[in-house]
Amino acid sequence: MDELIAELRAICGEKWVYTQEHQLRTYESDGLLQYKVVPVAAVLPGTAAEVQAVVAACARAKVPWVARGAGSGLSGGALPIDDGVLLVLSRLKRILEIDLDNGRVCVEPGVTNSAVSAAVGPTHFYPPDPSSQSVCSIGGNVAENSGGAHCFKYGFTTNYVTGLEVVLADGELVQLGGMELDAPGYDLLGAFVGSEGTLGVATKVWLRVVPVPEAIKTLVAFFDSTRQAGEAVSDIVQGGVVPGAIEMMDAKAIEAAEQAAHAGFPMRGAALLVELDGSIHECEGQFEEIAAICRRRGSDDVRVARDAEERARFWKVRKAAFAAMGRISPNYFVQDGVIPRTRLPDVLERIDQLAAQYGLVVANVFHAGDGNLHPLVCYDGAIPGQAERAEELSGLILDVCLESGGSITGEHGVGVDKKKHMQKMYSPSDLDAFQRLRCAFDPAGLANPGKVMPSPRLCGEVPGPYRQHPLEAAGLAERM
Amino acid sequence: MIEVPDTVARVADLIRGHASAGRAVRARGGGTKREWGALLQSDREIVEVVTRGLNRIVEHNAGDFTAVVEAGLPLKEAQAVFAGSGQMLALDPPLGAGDAATIGGVLAANDSGPLRHRYGSVRDLVIGITVVLSDGTIASSGGKVIKNVAGYDLAKLFTGSLGTLGLIARIAVRLHPLAQRTATVVAQTDDAVALAATALALARLPLEADCLDVQWSRGRGRLLVRFAGAAAEQRAQAAALRFPGLQPEIVGDDHTLWSEQRANQRSVAGIVVKVSGRPTDLSTVIRVADAAGGTLVSRAALGLSWLSLPAEADVNSIRAALAPRACTVLDGAERSAAVWPVVAPGTLAVMQRVKQRFDPARAFSPGAFVGGI
Repeated sequence: MDELIAELRAICGEKWVYTQEHQLRTYESDGLLQYKVVPVAAVLPGTAAEVQAVVAACARAKVPWVARGAGSGLSGGALPIDDGVLLVLSRLKRILEIDLDNGRVCVEPGVTNSAVSAAVGPTHFYPPDPSSQSVCSIGGNVAENSGGAHCFKYGFTTNYVTGLEVVLADGELVQLGGMELDAPGYDLLGAFVGSEGTLGVATKVWLRVVPVPEAIKTLVAFFDSTRQAGEAVSDIVQGGVVPGAIEMMDAKAIEAAEQAAHAGFPMRGAALLVELDGSIHECEGQFEEIAAICRRRGSDDVRVARDAEERARFWKVRKAAFAAMGRISPNYFVQDGVIPRTRLPDVLERIDQLAAQYGLVVANVFHAGDGNLHPLVCYDGAIPGQAERAEELSGLILDVCLESGGSITGEHGVGVDKKKHMQKMYSPSDLDAFQRLRCAFDPAGLANPGKVMPSPRLCGEVPGPYRQHPLEAAGLAERM
Repeated sequence: MIEVPDTVARVADLIRGHASAGRAVRARGGGTKREWGALLQSDREIVEVVTRGLNRIVEHNAGDFTAVVEAGLPLKEAQAVFAGSGQMLALDPPLGAGDAATIGGVLAANDSGPLRHRYGSVRDLVIGITVVLSDGTIASSGGKVIKNVAGYDLAKLFTGSLGTLGLIARIAVRLHPLAQRTATVVAQTDDAVALAATALALARLPLEADCLDVQWSRGRGRLLVRFAGAAAEQRAQAAALRFPGLQPEIVGDDHTLWSEQRANQRSVAGIVVKVSGRPTDLSTVIRVADAAGGTLVSRAALGLSWLSLPAEADVNSIRAALAPRACTVLDGAERSAAVWPVVAPGTLAVMQRVKQRFDPARAFSPGAFVGGI
């Protein structure tokens, strides 16, 4: 290991390789603070070539590594490994090319999500918008296939990445896709996005950016219950309208967020934030329709944002919800389940029952359009055993999501936190197929081992590159 | 030999048996894109496994705008069912002879039509997949909800794999509202540069058009922009103001126009070359099509073009003229020398490793894919 560290220092320079305990503590967790691991070293390369050299050195030394962007992930995907190297990409933050005629921007992985939209504005923007967008990095978004509030209409990170330059775990630099669409061959790009750092590390990212919509209209409607609000969501979507965003908060979430954001939201059973964007002609008519649906489903308080400032205030409440939870509870777990949207009222009722059974408070914030729930399970870590109970409840909520035909994660990723749930969602043969993909990219298992897959597995025999035997070519023999 | 299994379990049994007996397996849907890809390179007996027995709609969750279908279901039949609920699968590739194209075949070939402008391609609409591998493993990834990041995305890996990794058995898709009204702005011109420039300018506007296509044939072409929804006509009128120097007209009954666009992506007797380019390449691609005596259909804002060429066209000279853009032969592959463009060695090596892991028996369509995979 000392030899490797010396090599890393030679590659990146003394000051970009941390090995002191106090330096490494900064990196012991990502956004999911209950997991902490101190790596042997953290290295901060400054160029793609340095990333490649670092990964190649780790491959030669057979030392595993974990790539980390901004460290804002919520599944422990960037949790270091104690006998490994942490590859921190925060210095790779250049915007390399902006080509609006072709609707593309090319960036290094350390560029923040918000910086992409800022770079292509005011005419264009980059739609995927995780709540952490002002700090989270594009490299991390690629690894996690990040979503956000506007994904119901616009899609996810994977729908916007057209190309990647990637360093594979053996140190090879390859390009997957590019500025153009439909590169010939297997869609390795599609397999890589969302692979949580287990197939390699991206050093360059080509993103599709789109024109800013002509009109944006935003409203907040308040209801007595989440059931009413859920029915309004169904009616809106059923009517053929695809809003830019539909976000729901329940009473607990409103209470916490209002304390932090002071937007004058009343303490009601549910708040529905609906944003419509698109052509002026389309927005006007549909917006009236949406307001009417909300009233029909029982809302007596529909507030329309009069200007950009008010719109920003509405969103501030929604985006403050997670962080604000600290105001009503000392600790909380953020869950990230997905359900078919029509099951929303039943699933919420089931979550309420479970919360009552456990004697814990669960606040709900969710992307209602695509059925992505973020139940916040509140607990007090100072009370012995409560954290464990809260975690158990959090797991049961995922079971409810799976039973209703959903998923264990909509946007936060599996990471280290949810790998124990993978076997509930996928059969052994499904997991075997995942393993085949992973082994094709990283047969030595050095890229972010211990994440995504429920149990550590080796790749087994690596078949050599296929070569046609002369006898086979001559038609005299064939392979079985 | 031809097999027509009617359950996924039966498919797995058949494939395991044939692969272990040393036979090659070729998956087939409606047979409308059978000739795509390079010729199979194998002296083994080839068994064709036809998916037409896998033609059920397993679930249509109208309220959730999702469906799970078996791969052998003809796309046209699926659309008719979805339309009954005012919905569509936003995929409109040419359906081939007898409208026989199946959902699985469209996925395997990564085919698409004009709606790709707004809704993306197969990879953007498929939310889950079940495949059968050569050892008989039945594996699924994704699910049936539109948002899901659990596990690897095998649906994307199999999209466009031309049946070389496994047989696609079942697919979950996201659906969209089917618009009642459409309207298209059309402008004709013989000035390729003006046409390309107008298309590029339109692509930079927030029109939210469903389709934005160019068509070119022997020195003359047209630009078509389609709108859908209650305000389709008004939006088309507003967009028509953005065609400087051209004389756009608005067509309300536009179905024939778009059927023609789709049909022009295919060729019965000639060669079709798909160009993965950039929107800014369009006038160059038009010039190359003219010089080769061909016609062109382009998804102008996406940079994708389909050149329909005479059977005797020299694909490699077209590649040279458009380099470094990737040019892949679709129709007429059996008449063309080099079907696949060259893929960078490092990237190809990963693809070869993927093939080895998923199909170590090398049973599925050996040699049909890029780089001899």
